Amino acid sequence: MTTTTVALPHHAVEGWHQPSRGVVGMACLIVAESAIFIIFVVAYIFYIGKSLTGPTPSQVLDIPWFASICLLSSSITVHFAVHELRVNKVARSAWWIAATVLLGSIFLGATALEWYDLIYHHGLTISTNLFGTTFYSLVGLHASHVIVGLIMLMLALLFAIAGKVTQHHAERLEVLSLYWHFVDAVWVVVFTVVYVLGR
Amino acid sequence: MATQTRPASELGQSLAQQPRRGFFDLLQDWVMTVDHKKIGLMYITYALVFLLVAGVEALLIRIQLFKPNNNFVSPEVFNRLFTMHGTTMVFFVGMPILFGFGNYLIPIMIGARDMAFPRLNAFSFWISAFGGLLLYFSYFAGSGLYGAGTAPDVGWFAYAPLTARVFSPGHSTDYWTLSIFLSGIGSIGTAVNIVATTLCMRCPGMKLSRMPLLVWIYLVTGGLVFVTVSPLTAAQIMLCIDRYLGGHFFDTQAGGSAVLWMHFFWIFGHPEVYILVLPAFAFANEIIPVFSRKAIFGYPAMVAATVGIGFISLSVWAHHMFTVGMGPGPNAFFTFSTMVISVPTGIKIFNWLATLWGGNIHFTVPMKFAIAFLFQFLIAGLTGITLSVSPFDWQLGNSYFVIAHFHYVLVGAILTMIFAAFYYWYPKMTGRMLSDSLGNWHFWLFIIGFHLTFDFMHVPGMLGMPRRIYTYEADRGWAIWNMIVSSGAIFQAIAVLLFAWNLVRSYFKGDLAGPDPWDAWTLEWSTSSPPPSYNFAVTPTVESRRPLWDLKHPEEPDSQYE
Repeated sequence: MTTTTVALPHHAVEGWHQPSRGVVGMACLIVAESAIFIIFVVAYIFYIGKSLTGPTPSQVLDIPWFASICLLSSSITVHFAVHELRVNKVARSAWWIAATVLLGSIFLGATALEWYDLIYHHGLTISTNLFGTTFYSLVGLHASHVIVGLIMLMLALLFAIAGKVTQHHAERLEVLSLYWHFVDAVWVVVFTVVYVLGR
Repeated sequence: MATQTRPASELGQSLAQQPRRGFFDLLQDWVMTVDHKKIGLMYITYALVFLLVAGVEALLIRIQLFKPNNNFVSPEVFNRLFTMHGTTMVFFVGMPILFGFGNYLIPIMIGARDMAFPRLNAFSFWISAFGGLLLYFSYFAGSGLYGAGTAPDVGWFAYAPLTARVFSPGHSTDYWTLSIFLSGIGSIGTAVNIVATTLCMRCPGMKLSRMPLLVWIYLVTGGLVFVTVSPLTAAQIMLCIDRYLGGHFFDTQAGGSAVLWMHFFWIFGHPEVYILVLPAFAFANEIIPVFSRKAIFGYPAMVAATVGIGFISLSVWAHHMFTVGMGPGPNAFFTFSTMVISVPTGIKIFNWLATLWGGNIHFTVPMKFAIAFLFQFLIAGLTGITLSVSPFDWQLGNSYFVIAHFHYVLVGAILTMIFAAFYYWYPKMTGRMLSDSLGNWHFWLFIIGFHLTFDFMHVPGMLGMPRRIYTYEADRGWAIWNMIVSSGAIFQAIAVLLFAWNLVRSYFKGDLAGPDPWDAWTLEWSTSSPPPSYNFAVTPTVESRRPLWDLKHPEEPDSQYE
């Protein structure tokens, strides 16, 4: 039995480069979240037209064009926010983050109005029929991800206003923007399934 | 970059020789820690406690089935016992113990100082631990504040519509749902950590093609966790919506589908088996070469087989549902895909055999377990292929043959390899060797008990004994087989107790291990035992798959041949 540890070699290795752990971590989270959404989307598609009672999607759903355009364009604004921070234009970056928060909030507000209308004018709740169950859970799951994204974006905005954000943080904002792009991409799927295929 | 030449041994004195500290210092140390080694050990300890609890549940089940018309426990208690046994063993023994070893070993094996996200690591552990406690809290509060306790009794896969509020009143099913939901969040957090650590924290020179196979396998396991545990999490959210908000996902009265739950559960359930068994392969990949004194045979084939298993395992789930009546198309597809998965698994077995071939085999305790694993895993695979044939499955589905088959995988392969991993890495983790004589007693008693129980369990299955029955009539011809099966359980129980005693006793009285007791080749053996909290005083550089071999044999380093 030896009692001393061996000395390992340690020297620089040419061109040694590994991916950023923030980006890899977020990519992993996105894969896991996608799997959750896939299950909800599969349940939605499986139950299209299987409700035993009304109301049906074609009776009560309107295509949310304005909200969708707002949410999808917020992907562009958050991209600009990262870009400006990378070239050290912090104030401009903050404006782009603010625009993203605004667009995301409009989307969330539109969803709230849509739900209010469905619940109070059409009598569709989560327990009404299979359509209600699958609709509210899928759209609600997405909306909850929008809320989480908005909270994080608002934190970034507050830090920027307080002058705590520097070029140094560009990579972190990029990781956040990856999440936001994911939320937008999920909306494309939800929109297609709920408002196009399912209606 | 680290270019200084101070030897690491100056900084890393053996912690085993330092005086031990007071209780509250230690407690604070462990509760607040973000060190991957401490979190790994906490995962392992927590899993061992649940192993004993779920083991006692198994014993109670076996006592009840020891003879026909037995009344040792009531039918209600029996339902709770098999539900808790299954749920605990899968979610609160299997997953945490494997994550524990992964947490402990991955950073050290790739020359890193910690995981990629240490705080996420601590969060994942504590949320999983909370999940386990919540599951057992149901014994005190499962019926609500005044009704006191009942544990979940819906079975570990909780088929709908049994889980509907009408059929499962009270809160016991919700404790089941929430504890699995929490454990799922913890699993995903740890998996994120494992993948990010493997891809981003390797020491210079540790290319993907030089990583120890254990790390490779954990990388694939981490990837599987994302696409496997998440569907279960989604299904648990749906079940919660059904039970609390009046949803109809699995409510057949409102047009919902009970079969959909089966699909969602087994989309998780089957890859989960591979999540559990892949780390067992990982341990074998490290232990078998070291005690054969040879490099692993077919490293690239092993990596390819692992990745192959990862992908194919996602397309086999409905072989759990042959008896549902899916029609000839799905039956043929899932029979085929289930048979295909035996190809990469077979590649692994042949590579292990080729590693043993011509080696200078040292029959240490970990190696004995590893060799038992090879035999037992082979038999488990063979009964698996048998069951994958759907007409055969129609006969034996939900019988004790199935129980025997998957316990052969879970106990004969996974638990056996976990024991091997304990004997192999315990010296690294504590600085002391586990006792050899106790280890041999543990090995032989466990192997005898295992084969008595699970070899003979196939027979009542073929004679038609269904799983989950509370008791049976004497004229069925099952009595003698159940008696043998239950006797084997006693041997296993004694073996596990000896093992637990060995863990405790050797911590205080075991021989000092030194940094490298097995003359092994991967980076963890270059640190002191136990390793210092920073692992490596100076980030190492590696040039081959066996960096310590290169150091010990400078005249013939591996890097010449790779």
